[in-house]
Amino acid sequence: MAVDTNLEEIHGPELRHHFETPDQQVETSTIGMWTFLVTEIMFFSGMFAAYAIFRSLYHDAFASTSKYMDVVVGAINTAVLICSSFTMVMAVRAARLGMRNMIVLFLILTMLLGLVFLGVKAYEYHHKWVEHLVPGFNFHYEEAKYERHAAIFFFLYFMMTGMHAMHMVVGEGLLATLLVMAWRGRFTAKWNTPVDMIGLYWHFVDIIWIFLFPLLYLIGQRA
Amino acid sequence: MNPEPHHHITPVRTYVLVWIALIILTFVTTWVAEIDLGEWNIVVAMTIAVVKMSLVAAFFMHIKGASALTKLVCGAGLFWMAILFALTFGDYRSRAWLPLEGWW
Repeated sequence: MAVDTNLEEIHGPELRHHFETPDQQVETSTIGMWTFLVTEIMFFSGMFAAYAIFRSLYHDAFASTSKYMDVVVGAINTAVLICSSFTMVMAVRAARLGMRNMIVLFLILTMLLGLVFLGVKAYEYHHKWVEHLVPGFNFHYEEAKYERHAAIFFFLYFMMTGMHAMHMVVGEGLLATLLVMAWRGRFTAKWNTPVDMIGLYWHFVDIIWIFLFPLLYLIGQRA
Repeated sequence: MNPEPHHHITPVRTYVLVWIALIILTFVTTWVAEIDLGEWNIVVAMTIAVVKMSLVAAFFMHIKGASALTKLVCGAGLFWMAILFALTFGDYRSRAWLPLEGWW
């Protein structure tokens, strides 16, 4: 029994018994997370490829949708998400230094900014519904000649921003979990891997939006 | 006692500078979309997006200073994405080459 107690003492979360060193343990988690993110890249790539094909086929119809997109709202939301990435990386930094209060503070800020983003997105979706721009349910396009192809654009718009928003909702849940763990003082300079990994996820979702914003909002302004 | 993992602590200043750069680039991409550059609008927009992605990946996701293996996994994702785009567009772009009625 004495041996077991001893092992438990050595093998806390900061160094599980199947790892040689803490560095190796962190590296394993990091590569695992990046492998997951590669699958996420491929998941979104399918939609980006579909977008690229239809935009190259129906260029004028896609450009005509821009007057229904609120560029200022989109740009503000982009900035909100970038700010949330900044607060997230500050939470990761605080976790690496083992500063409990700072982790809690920056996680709360990140969650709030994420909620602002989702709120603005909900406002935009509602606006699209009011303007009859939801393909399949409520679609009527002013320029009749573009109606069919503009419907493809808005279908892609809802699919891509919808999947992105779903990733944000999942992210909010993950952040809430981190917040509880941080509040209980689980993260120290020795072990903070979950903050690091969820941080990678949050930044990935930010990068997806960095591409969605110019592709969906900034097509036909100069026309 | 176990040693701590050797995390490199990035100075706050670096994160703030990256954050400011990302905000500025968001303004630039929104502003430049108003200017008619013809075919080049999409090129400029995507170039700015790639620069923003690189900043987020390098500094916020700590790819800069990551192990070679982590960089390889990350690069593999971009490489597979390139295959997806190359094969898809290879198909769509070459369809008109076939002199068959109704193929396109």
